[in-house]
Amino acid sequence: MNGLAERSLGRRKRADLFFRILAAASAGLVLLALLLILGTILWKSVPALSLSMLTKTPKGGFYLGKEGGILNAIAGSLYLAAGATALAFLLSLPLALYLNLYKGRGSKTAAWTRFFLDVLWGVPSIVYGVFGFIVMLALGLRASLLAGILTVALLEFPIMCRAIDEVMRLVPRELKEASDSLGATRFETAFKVFVRQAAPGILTGVLLAFGRGIGDAASVLFTAGFTDRVPASLADPAATLPLAIFFQLGTPFPEVQQRAYASAAVLTLIILLISLAGRAMGRKATRHVVK
Amino acid sequence: MRLLKDALARRAMGLITALPAVLVLLIVVGLFLKSKAIVAVEPLSRLLFSSAWHPVQGQFGLLPFIVGTVWVTVTALVLAVPVSIFAAIYLSEYAPRWVRESAKPVVDLLAGLPSVVYGVWGVILVVPFVGNVLAPLAGVHSSGYSILAGGIVLAIMTFPTIIHVTLEVFASVPLALREASLSLGATKWETTRRVVLRKGAQGILAASVLGFSRAFGETMAVLMVVGNVPAVPRSLFDAGYPLPALIANNYGEMMSIPRYDAALMAAALVLTLIVLFFNVLARRILVQVERRVR
Repeated sequence: MNGLAERSLGRRKRADLFFRILAAASAGLVLLALLLILGTILWKSVPALSLSMLTKTPKGGFYLGKEGGILNAIAGSLYLAAGATALAFLLSLPLALYLNLYKGRGSKTAAWTRFFLDVLWGVPSIVYGVFGFIVMLALGLRASLLAGILTVALLEFPIMCRAIDEVMRLVPRELKEASDSLGATRFETAFKVFVRQAAPGILTGVLLAFGRGIGDAASVLFTAGFTDRVPASLADPAATLPLAIFFQLGTPFPEVQQRAYASAAVLTLIILLISLAGRAMGRKATRHVVK
Repeated sequence: MRLLKDALARRAMGLITALPAVLVLLIVVGLFLKSKAIVAVEPLSRLLFSSAWHPVQGQFGLLPFIVGTVWVTVTALVLAVPVSIFAAIYLSEYAPRWVRESAKPVVDLLAGLPSVVYGVWGVILVVPFVGNVLAPLAGVHSSGYSILAGGIVLAIMTFPTIIHVTLEVFASVPLALREASLSLGATKWETTRRVVLRKGAQGILAASVLGFSRAFGETMAVLMVVGNVPAVPRSLFDAGYPLPALIANNYGEMMSIPRYDAALMAAALVLTLIVLFFNVLARRILVQVERRVR
C-alpha cells in the first residue's frame, strides 16, 4: 500500500476511469463478436433459404449435384439429436437423482462422480467421434443413424447430467425430509418430489444438451455417415446439418454452396430457438414447483 | 412391493453412477489399445518429436500437428484471456444490474453456437480479413487460411468458458472485503486490482487453463480456417495443421495404408491426454478455491 497516499487523487481517478472504460470495452467486444457472427451468418445464409430448399433432398449427389435442398440434413439432424437426447436423458436423470438423493452432501462417491463428469465434459468431441468409431467397429455396426445416436448420446451425457445435477442441488432439504416423514420410499421421493421440483431446470438442461448434440460435427463425422436420402431406419446412414455445411461449403459450385449456407441458417435458427425456449422454460414451467 | 421397487431402482442407479468413471477409462484404454500397433514399432520420441509426416513411406512424425495445435491455442488464449477477464471485471464490478442480467444470454449463446457456424463465419469474414488486411499490414503474404485466423475464431469460442468461470470466482470473493477496501478510500479499480483480482488469482488461472483445454481439442471451426498444411508453422500467417484437424481429415482414408490407423489413434490419444491433464489441473485448482472460500 506504499503508493496510495503519494499519488494524487486525480491520477487515481483517471486510472479508475481508464480501466472502467477498458473493462466496458472488453464486454462490448464480446457482445460485438456475437452480433457480428449472427449478423454475418444470417445475412449470408437467409437468402439461400426457400421452400424447395427446405423440403427437397439433393439431386445428383450432395457434393456435385446442383438441384434440390437440404431436407436430408434437417431430418437426419433432428432424428439424431432427438434420439441421442432421449438416450442421454435416460442415463442422466437417474444419475442426477442418485447423486442428490441416495448420496449425502459430503459423499466421496458423489464428489468423484461429479469430477469424472466434469472430465468427460472436457473431452473434445473429435475424441468422442474416434471412440464412437472404435465402439462401432467393435459392435460390427456400419456408419449409421444408430451409431451416430450412440456417439452423440455419449457427448451429451455429461452436459445434461451436470445441468440436471446443478438444479437438483438447489432443491431444499426440507422437501426431502417432509416426503420421507410421510413414509415415501426414496424412489417415490425422487420422481414425485425431486423431478417435479426441478422440472424447469431439467428441461433447460435437456434443451442445452439437444443444442450441443444437433450442432456437433466432429462426433458424427465418422459415425453417422452422410447421404442424400432421409434415413428410413436406424441402420441407414444419416446426413446432418453441421456436416452438410462442412462438406458443401467446400465445393466449387455456387449452387451447392447455397445449400451449405441454407444449412447454416437452419442450424443457427434452431440454436437461437432452443436458447429462447430454454429461457422461457426456466420462467414458465414452474407449475409444480413449491416455492 | 414399493420397497422392492425402491431397492431395484437403487441398484440400477448405483450402476449408472459408475458410468462416468468407466467411460473415461474406456476412452483412454480404447485409444491406447488401438494405437499400440504404432507405439510398439516406433520409438515414442520419433513419434512425438519428428516432423516427418509421410504416411506412404511409413513415417509418422506428429510434431507439426502438436506444434500447430499449440500455436493456434496459445494465439487464441493471448487474445481471449485479457478480453474475457476485463469483460468479467466489468460485468461483476462495474456494470449495473440490468446489464449483468442481460449479459448472461449473450455468453450462453456464444457458448451454444455450433463450431461449424463459427467455422463458416471464419471463412466468410476472418480469413479474408487476415489475408487482405492484417497480412499486408504486417508486410507478409498470406492466403488468410492461417494460424492467426484459427486463433481469432478460437478466441471468440473460448470467451464464454473463461468469462463464465471468472464470474463465478469473482462472485465468491466476499462483498465485505470490497466494502472494506472502498471505505478506506480506494477507487473501484484499486479495489478490483488489489482485492478482487488478488483473491481470485487462482480462480482466474483455473479459468484460463480450462479455456486452454477447451480450445486445444476444438476441431471443426479451426479445421475450416487454419489451412491444414502438415509442416511446422514459422509465423502466425502460416497455415498450420492441428491434431484434431488431422484426425478429422484423414479418418476415412486411413485403412488403405498400414499403421496409418494406429498413428491417428496415437494422435487422438496424445490429444486426449493433454486435454485431460489440463482439465484435471483446472478442476483441482477450482476445488481448492471453493474450499478456501467456504
